[in-house]
Amino acid sequence: MNEKVGKKNAKLARILLLVAISMFGFGYALVPIYDVLCEWKWIERDRPDDIKKVPESAYIVDTNREITVEFITTLNESTPMVFWAEKKQLKVHPGKYYTVNFYAENKTDNDMLARAIASFSPALTSSYFEKIECFCFSEQTFKARELKTLPMRFVINPKLPEQYKTITLSYTFFNNTEKSLKK
Amino acid sequence: MSAVVDEQGHHADDHHDHGPEKGLLRWITTTNHKDIGTLYLLFALLMFFVGGAMAMVIRAELFEPGLQFVDPAFFNSMTTMHALVMVFGAVMPAFVGLANWQIPLMIGAADMALPRMNNMSFWMLVAGVLLLASTLFMEGGAPNGGWTLYPPLVLQPITVGKALPFAIFSVHLLGISSIMGAINIIATIFNMRAPAMKMMDMPLFVWTWLITAFLLIAVMPVFAGAVTMLLTDKFFHTSFFNAAGGGDPVLYEHIFWFFGHPEVYIMILPTFGVASTIIPVFARKPLFGYASMVWATGSIAFLSFIVWAHHMFTVGMPLAGELYFMYATMIIAVPTGVKVFNWTATMWEGAMTFETPMLFSIAFVVLFTMGGFTGLMMSIAPSDFQYHDTYFIVAHFHYTLVPASIFMLMAAGYFWLPKWTGHMYNEKIGQLHFWLSAISVNILFFPQHFLGLAGMPRRIPDYAVQFADWNMISSIGGFIFGASQLLFLYIVIDTIRGGTGEKVSDEVWEDAGKHGLEWTLPSPVPYHTWSEPPLIVPTEHVLDSH
Repeated sequence: MNEKVGKKNAKLARILLLVAISMFGFGYALVPIYDVLCEWKWIERDRPDDIKKVPESAYIVDTNREITVEFITTLNESTPMVFWAEKKQLKVHPGKYYTVNFYAENKTDNDMLARAIASFSPALTSSYFEKIECFCFSEQTFKARELKTLPMRFVINPKLPEQYKTITLSYTFFNNTEKSLKK
Repeated sequence: MSAVVDEQGHHADDHHDHGPEKGLLRWITTTNHKDIGTLYLLFALLMFFVGGAMAMVIRAELFEPGLQFVDPAFFNSMTTMHALVMVFGAVMPAFVGLANWQIPLMIGAADMALPRMNNMSFWMLVAGVLLLASTLFMEGGAPNGGWTLYPPLVLQPITVGKALPFAIFSVHLLGISSIMGAINIIATIFNMRAPAMKMMDMPLFVWTWLITAFLLIAVMPVFAGAVTMLLTDKFFHTSFFNAAGGGDPVLYEHIFWFFGHPEVYIMILPTFGVASTIIPVFARKPLFGYASMVWATGSIAFLSFIVWAHHMFTVGMPLAGELYFMYATMIIAVPTGVKVFNWTATMWEGAMTFETPMLFSIAFVVLFTMGGFTGLMMSIAPSDFQYHDTYFIVAHFHYTLVPASIFMLMAAGYFWLPKWTGHMYNEKIGQLHFWLSAISVNILFFPQHFLGLAGMPRRIPDYAVQFADWNMISSIGGFIFGASQLLFLYIVIDTIRGGTGEKVSDEVWEDAGKHGLEWTLPSPVPYHTWSEPPLIVPTEHVLDSH
């Protein structure tokens, strides 16, 4: 191999290495790109933790329809709490506002920061389930051994397609104490 | 053509050519492309048997319903490790080995462009695989969350044990190794080609590897990034994929498959290259539609970047997304169809003979097409919900990997071993190996289509009794297939040690000299070749496009 070809090889190798390194960066750039695409609803239908607070609007209450809303409460394995809803299920009319209380108790002797993440089944109903007030909108602070009442006020948009009779809403509490303190 | 050989021989005499170093150190310090090619190929063969042994464990456990031999966590380790070993330890290194041996011979280069980096990428591969294998002996066992390493499963204590960081660093090493290999291949093809050889004169094996190398450089770093995010999520409190911290596990699937889909083409494009090299020789015709083959390869590579979410139709995408990924995926059938028709047209009215490499190639064209068709079935988003995560997908990708990539690797072995060693392999045992493999591979994988359509999920050590019969048949096929591969091992060793004793000619196969430069060199290929580039290059393979 003569020197000229050797130089050409080294140059090309450097360029290709740069391409590889920038592709490593591109992998990380996919994180914000993904967030933007999700906001535009291009690649994901709904993000359960994305449910924005909506203003209370006047719907016509549809008393002919009755929908069962079920509440499931779960704890992530690293979350030493007790967490329950005041009712397991609630029969509701679309267009009418309801408030349901959830209760969570910190079982440790330390302060705890925890975040509840919602999940809907069937997933398509999530865009018709409008929350006015929810403990899941922000991270919750629990003092040592504190028992908190966590209200959630919601309405079901009367535009909810006919076929849905039951909506299951699940909340999972995640212990964020360690992560939030690091920030 | 003979003029070229004479000139080569003449120049070889002029040089103070030295052969390989003596002793074991030769294999550790070598920078010779043929030595490194041999190392890659033998290592891949070893890994093929390691991964194959894991597959045997899987098929033995699935022979009957219930748990017989292994506990479920170990079973899941086996499915995970089988995939990782076969993809990163067997198929990819085998093709890099072929590239090392063949690309310099085919383009008239004296060696790879960056010979020392070449040595390093091989030994990094070994380090990566050893790191991965070490997890088998760790507390909690090897990774068992599937080769895709999906969070949150893979981050949960019950599935990680101590193995996760080792698996991740292993992926890093394997990634760096393949990126270095790819850089080397691109530099070799661009800068070391004989001046007489234009880009559109290059054999298709060289073309397909060039495009594959670009895919590798583009996506291996993305995978490295994804697993690094897993690592920081697990140990450094980041929340890329952690819902509690505002992350999203679905994001991982997007990043993974942005790598993963091109990755499957990294394993199939060189396969196409080998088929396009072997079929014309035994059909005694130039390859049909050379230029369209090059363009089809390029289109497949391009499309591979924009179809990834068809692996995750069920995550809950908007309708527009499902439709886009569905149609984009279906388009891939067009360039792939071009290739299949071109191979068929190459054989059409050819004076065909059916030596072992040709038998494997014909089986590849037929069985790969079947794998392609099931792929088309799964590209249809609404029906994919039925196939998703069942044995149907297992059958699909095994059809595109085993009777395609693996068959063509073996065909390449039969095709070029006589050239490399100067010895002829035993044709009778070769054909026996072919027929046993071709029949048993269908007994092994065809029933898995039925199991999948009936709803049997993948990665499960136990199953409902209605799946019992087809699983037993599949396992029997698996055992026959596994045992048959020992014949291949025997043939490789036997051929290296002298084979049939028959001295092969320089061309090895009748008129092969028209099809590629490597056949104009003496058999066995001398340790140093093309120290002066050839002045004329064979253009038989590109006749149609000129």
